[in-house]
Amino acid sequence: MKKKILSIVTATLMLACVLTGCGGKEGGTVATDGSTSMEKVIGALGEAFEGENDGVTFTYNPTGSGTGITAVAEGRCDIGLSSRALKDEEVQKGLTGTILAYDGIAVIVNPENPIADLDVETIAKIYTGEITNWSEVGGNDGEIVLIGREANSGTRDGFESITGTEDVCKYRQELTSTGDVITTVANNPNAIGYASVASVKDTVKAISVNGVAPTDETIKDGTYQIQRPFVLVTKTDAELSETAQEFYDFCFSEDAKSIIESAGVVPAN
Amino acid sequence: MKNKVKTMELVVHGIFLILGLITVAAVLLISVYLIISGIPAIKEIGFFEFMFGKEWAPTVSESKFGILPFILTSVYGTAGAILLGTPIGFFTAVYLAKMASPRVKRIVSAAVSLLAGIPSVVYGLVGMLVLVPAIREFFDIPDGASLLAAIIVLSVMVLPSIIKVSLTALEAVPREYEEGSLALGATPVETYFRVSVPAAKSGIAAAIVLGVGRAIGEAMAVIMVSGNVANMPSLFESVRFLTTAVSSEMSYATAGSLHQQALFSIALVLFVFIMLINATLNFFLKRQKEE
Repeated sequence: MKKKILSIVTATLMLACVLTGCGGKEGGTVATDGSTSMEKVIGALGEAFEGENDGVTFTYNPTGSGTGITAVAEGRCDIGLSSRALKDEEVQKGLTGTILAYDGIAVIVNPENPIADLDVETIAKIYTGEITNWSEVGGNDGEIVLIGREANSGTRDGFESITGTEDVCKYRQELTSTGDVITTVANNPNAIGYASVASVKDTVKAISVNGVAPTDETIKDGTYQIQRPFVLVTKTDAELSETAQEFYDFCFSEDAKSIIESAGVVPAN
Repeated sequence: MKNKVKTMELVVHGIFLILGLITVAAVLLISVYLIISGIPAIKEIGFFEFMFGKEWAPTVSESKFGILPFILTSVYGTAGAILLGTPIGFFTAVYLAKMASPRVKRIVSAAVSLLAGIPSVVYGLVGMLVLVPAIREFFDIPDGASLLAAIIVLSVMVLPSIIKVSLTALEAVPREYEEGSLALGATPVETYFRVSVPAAKSGIAAAIVLGVGRAIGEAMAVIMVSGNVANMPSLFESVRFLTTAVSSEMSYATAGSLHQQALFSIALVLFVFIMLINATLNFFLKRQKEE
């Protein structure tokens, strides 16, 4: 019932917007650039925004958090996308980050691996090389193969900062995309890796952390511990173009919440 | 009338000159850009520390920028690929040039051309899904992504360059040389290896150098099979090449940071390597022409 009222109200508001002409100028563009992990959520938001505003073009350039932040600083895009919080030096350069959503990072193992639950400390010990055999944590006898991402990757940054293993992980492989990590873990019975919860496929098994499985609910209520923010990056002292500002506001509107949720991540506000 | 033709000639000449200069401009632009953006980090880190440092840890608070592991990996990887690829490529070329029937030659040549046309990402994918697990099981090691996997993939990738250039050189050997040898009573195989091959040796050397260039510049295929960790090279360990060091971290490096500048410096080092290889190639090609 409540939902129905809400949708009627939204529909009325949208109709009002169309009638009064506040639905955005024709032909405006919004350019976004950055984190490949945010592809799903920003793509869905962009599509919905384009659908609601005729003639508006939305673009997304999947380059990586670092490149996205640079692009917005250099004015090559309207909104930068980062899957890590901004560093102090980046804030000092005149950039502002606003958290759009939270993304859970799943710890994945091969489906053949009997391990189903680890706590954060054990995961940290595995990644720092203190524990090197699956039998030490109750699994089969086999040397643990650590799969990770390259330095400065948003996912690696998120994983290492949450588990407290910054720059001390003893990786066997440093791969350059989430897809590569999943493929590699799916192909090696002794591998362990990490990837966005939203991108985990059936070819690998996402284990629970401290007894909590990575689901929408547990990421939302914070009981699943390994999660990171998805950040929209803008210039602090420059105003967005009219269309870009509308998109920005749209991202934090009530309507956007369900879109963000459907992309597999948890809205921040 | 004559004047008009002359003007037309001049215009066409000018257009062609401009088109030619575009290529030169591209080369100059890339070289100058690489040198300008690659020098600062080397200066800041120190030449010896950069080239001979054994540790690469760009994001740690006390960051270390030593690229010796990448240089050695690239050298070992390329050497391994050439060591494996040269005998196969060389004998294939001799066989195709001198012994194969026209039909076999046509089929094999087509296969070699196809091999050259396969995108490197496909080599990488097959290596990742087939070769890496196979190495893991065959050698009974925890993970198959290693220098060995990269060497095997690269050795297949250098085959087309080695075969094609050697083949051309062998076919260019004057018939009279071989006929003379045969007339003196040498067998065909003796003739091929004692006469044809020595006569074509500069061309074959050029083929190998071309293979070296192909192997050292490859990034996409090796990034998928080598594990990509900045270890000192070892056959069964995960390693990172010069090319993959640049490509794997460039998209995430903070702009203007020493880390990003150091990646440009790595590219500069790679560029110098390729220049040296090209100079060697030109040397062999020139000698072949003179012969």
